Amino acid sequence: MRLLSLPVCLVLLFGGPQASAEEVFLTTEAFLAQAFPDSPPPPAMLWIADPLREETIRILGHSSVPLRTRYWRQEQRTAWILEEIGKEEPITVGLVVQDGKLEMIKVLVYRESRGWEVRHDFFTRQFWQAQLQNKDELDRNIDGIAGATLSVNAMRKVARLALLYHRHVTADGAP
Amino acid sequence: MASSTQWRLLAAVGFCLISGNALAESPSNAELQRQIEELKQQIRVLSEKLSGQPPAAQPELSKQVETQDQQIKAQQQQIEALAKQAEETKKADWIARTKLGGYGELHYNNLDAEDSARDLEEFDFHRFVLFLSHTFNDDIRFFSELEIEHSGVEADGSPLNGEVELEQAYVEFDLLNDKASAKAGLFLIPIGILNETHEPPTFYGVERNDVENVIIPATWWAGGAGYTHRLGEGLQWDVALHEGLRTPVTGGSAFRIRDGRQKTSFARAEDLALTNRIKYTAIPGVELGASVQLQKDASQIRNDSLEQGVLYEAHVDLKRGAFGLRTLYAKWDLDIDEDLALAALVPQDQIDRAKSQKGWYLEPSYRLNPEWGVYARYEDIEAARSSDNFNQWEAGFNYWPHPSVVLKMDYRSRTHELDADEGRDFDGFDLGVGYQF
Repeated sequence: MRLLSLPVCLVLLFGGPQASAEEVFLTTEAFLAQAFPDSPPPPAMLWIADPLREETIRILGHSSVPLRTRYWRQEQRTAWILEEIGKEEPITVGLVVQDGKLEMIKVLVYRESRGWEVRHDFFTRQFWQAQLQNKDELDRNIDGIAGATLSVNAMRKVARLALLYHRHVTADGAP
Repeated sequence: MASSTQWRLLAAVGFCLISGNALAESPSNAELQRQIEELKQQIRVLSEKLSGQPPAAQPELSKQVETQDQQIKAQQQQIEALAKQAEETKKADWIARTKLGGYGELHYNNLDAEDSARDLEEFDFHRFVLFLSHTFNDDIRFFSELEIEHSGVEADGSPLNGEVELEQAYVEFDLLNDKASAKAGLFLIPIGILNETHEPPTFYGVERNDVENVIIPATWWAGGAGYTHRLGEGLQWDVALHEGLRTPVTGGSAFRIRDGRQKTSFARAEDLALTNRIKYTAIPGVELGASVQLQKDASQIRNDSLEQGVLYEAHVDLKRGAFGLRTLYAKWDLDIDEDLALAALVPQDQIDRAKSQKGWYLEPSYRLNPEWGVYARYEDIEAARSSDNFNQWEAGFNYWPHPSVVLKMDYRSRTHELDADEGRDFDGFDLGVGYQF
């Protein structure tokens, strides 16, 4: 074990090129291209004022709510880029809602050192076609990832928010 | 019907009416909404008035509208700048990069033992833990965990009989486009279910399960270096080279694994330990894990009765819908020289038990709703020390008034294997409150 110790230590410490902890899986442009294959519409702005702000606080469980959020809309299809903190760092998520149902959820940027499983299809496919029930709850259970409860909770929250905001902008005829 | 010029004039007038207040007081979004509704109403009224103006007055109005237009655009830019400033709240850089967290738990135990002298009725603040982390840059971060157990330590004569321990303090580096990471320092060994994740709201039962406590032995941390590699979707390999055990080989705790933890305090490092783990999490709600640890000399003393120690561990952690199931098996194989152990006055039966120490548990659970969950657990442990040979049934519930806060209650019944330890058999209940942030 002594002969193994030093070189293994050095390999473990310094082996391989270093790269960013903030891993960008999908750029905003690439996400919008997937969301709107023909051509993304120009962005609009949703100001998160009451009562929408109160609903947002209830979903997030805290009052750190942004003033506004950008979205893209083409008839009954909207795309959102939302952020919520997992354990320590924000997770940036792109979501597409069509006719009140989640059609796409993609982790755009992941910054945590654990819980990376939430960005994979085996986890996100649970959200496909999810919609709201009982005002602002998801209509299904989302199974978590052991050791990544907070990241999983963040994903659930942004899914609910996207559906809530979609309902808001498509209900009042906002452009 | 008012012309477009007239509409622009009305809009300009409306914006002027609210602009003074808007910039001076930074109104809330609700207030802005209200003001916009008022503006719409004013536009409707003024439009009706203007539609009756004589043609001679209109060129003058056009000039005014153009001026107001420019003012509106300037105010829109100011509102945009205010909103951006509110969104990009500046904090000192080191504050933004430094995070504080923690967890803790208070226990109440009420256990009736077969030997009443061993009855336990006790309050204990079992753990008060603080996490401190700092991100140096996108590649490198620091993480630490400081723990006070049983409310603290003090000099002789004090009722405080706890511990203050550094449980984690390591620097982590991201590698290979975030497919891998390495760390160096003092860290939790990648083994078992609870060893790395043991905040109170994450497990059932007031006390942590005894299998991981006695056999693994959780919580187990060590100084060294570790590497994590993501092999594919949901598949992860961890390897760590770290300080090994310094397992005692004499006395009542001879070959007791838990007593071999050095806690990176002047830790002997003549024989390091190598731990490997494979973890699979590609099915939501399912974790499969297996670890193997090898240490060439588990006592780190030459020519004593203990040589190689190997730990095997495997577990399943399921949370599918409302149903949960945890099961774990762990086993130590110790290479013990019987003659030397007997010469050191270790009883034969203790030597026999020590060679193969193992334990397992099964824990089904059911989440009634987001706030309530119930569970049952059966554990079986066979270890070196005679009192560490028992089986235990328990059942209870967790109540989460908040996802990060938990109240717990359980009932336990423990039966020891050896007749000499029959007096330690007990049953009773425990209460606990825990939190994490």
